[in-house]
Amino acid sequence: MTAIAETDAARKVEVRSAGRFLFIAAIVLLCAWVLVPIYLLFVNTLSSPQEVTGFPKTGIPSFDFGSIQFFVNFAGVLWALWNSVLVAVLTMILSIVIGAAAGYALSRFEFPGKGTFRMLVVMTRAFPLPLLALPLAVLFIRTGLDDTALGLAIVHTVLALPFAVLITFSLFSGIPIELEEAAWTLGCNRWQAFRKVVLPLVLPGIVASAVFAFTISWNEVFAAAVLTIQNRTLPAFLVQSLNVSPLHLKFAGGAALVIPALIFIFAVRKYLFAMWGIANR
Amino acid sequence: MQQKALPYLLLLPATLFLLVFFVYPFVQIAFLAFTGPDGFTLQHVQTMATHWKFKSALGWTLLLAVVVVPIQLALALSMASIVSRLERGRSTILYIFSIPLGLSDLAAGIIWLAIFEQSGFLNSLLVGLGVIDRPILFLGYQNLWAIFIAVVLAEIWRATAIVMVILVSGMGLIPREYYEAAEVFGAGAWKRFIKITLPLLRPSLQTALILRTILAFEVFAVVAALGGTTMPVLMGETYQWQFALQDRSVAAAYALVILAISIAATLFYLRALRVPKGATI
Repeated sequence: MTAIAETDAARKVEVRSAGRFLFIAAIVLLCAWVLVPIYLLFVNTLSSPQEVTGFPKTGIPSFDFGSIQFFVNFAGVLWALWNSVLVAVLTMILSIVIGAAAGYALSRFEFPGKGTFRMLVVMTRAFPLPLLALPLAVLFIRTGLDDTALGLAIVHTVLALPFAVLITFSLFSGIPIELEEAAWTLGCNRWQAFRKVVLPLVLPGIVASAVFAFTISWNEVFAAAVLTIQNRTLPAFLVQSLNVSPLHLKFAGGAALVIPALIFIFAVRKYLFAMWGIANR
Repeated sequence: MQQKALPYLLLLPATLFLLVFFVYPFVQIAFLAFTGPDGFTLQHVQTMATHWKFKSALGWTLLLAVVVVPIQLALALSMASIVSRLERGRSTILYIFSIPLGLSDLAAGIIWLAIFEQSGFLNSLLVGLGVIDRPILFLGYQNLWAIFIAVVLAEIWRATAIVMVILVSGMGLIPREYYEAAEVFGAGAWKRFIKITLPLLRPSLQTALILRTILAFEVFAVVAALGGTTMPVLMGETYQWQFALQDRSVAAAYALVILAISIAATLFYLRALRVPKGATI
């Protein structure tokens, strides 16, 4: 009797450790699936142009900066990088300023029309937003915004604004209104109470959603390619020169797109889940 | 008086912005597509529909979505389940899993180009293992299906994270007591997943599927990086007509097709995964 129970227990332990092994193997495999392709891109970036077109490949970088040098010295690349940063910063400012005001209103007031506004914001998600670039191209030519950083930043703000509104809405909702009321009774007006009490508390979250807006703009390809000609952003520059540029230029360009994105995602990792959870309820 | 006006003042910028740069442009797309020099015309739509690339662009786009989205859903569910069961290292694994979320689709295309191009890492591996003698040209026009598989892999690699993040935050909302109760009644891990996780995850599944399917219809840069124009997709054709062929009206007609299938998909998911009233957690 005890012998049976013992072998049974032993088998259970065995099954459990086998399950544990499978579980860990799955995690390792999935991590490799995510990380190996990025590693291979960096291998190519850190190899000389000859090695990039050479065959077979070893998968180990030679730490030759020839490809990077070629990329940086290629006509238009630095200008494109500068434009990318400019558009992304404009997008960040526009979407946070406009979005935070709306988010604050949604979290602090009950008023007719609130539901309609939320509908409008949520509805943006059911539309393929990069397509906005087509009609806006016409509008921008009429208003002189064509081929400008501001024009593209406006389109990118449409992409980022819904997130900014919903994220700041939940940030402000997390701050008890009593704190503000206390500041009012102590003689602050509405703006002072906001600036001195609420803002310091929500600032980290606001920064995270600003970084998020920056990344959205930094990565966007279609609208950027349609709306800019002289003042192309880096993704627009890369996609328009895909069929004429040599491989090592593509890989170095890809790495230039990836590195800031990696840093940003790392910087806001704490907020990532809160943001997506909130933004999608 | 001022109290009543304040929320509207705060919402005004966001509302105006969305009306001018989101609602109005989408109306404008329809105008572009259906008007010619003499008013209403179906000529642009006809030009689009009779162009030899239209059918294959529509076909490839739909096929990509049909193949990619279910695989991503399954993969994201497994990743989310793994993460929710982790005790140690949870945040590290989550960060690694969500890295592709922050990457541009163009960067993802370039990354997979490093693997699939003729002198790339896949050929190096296959030759090194002795499976083939000479590198294969995977991404040539003779190998449409190879391009398709490369695009599918790149899309799964890039955009599964977005589904996973939404599902992880959805799973975080399910009360632990439900699982404990199920365990008391002897339900195994699989049964708990089917009977508790899946039904209660419905709102998150709905959001994730809507978002992901619309993004799948917008596929552009991945295809451009891996297959150039060899494998036409709707967004790529829109870009071609707008940019290379300088015909805004036909581009707008393409945009309307993408818009139509996006709305159809959204309505489908809203119906199929309807959340009963009052059944939220």
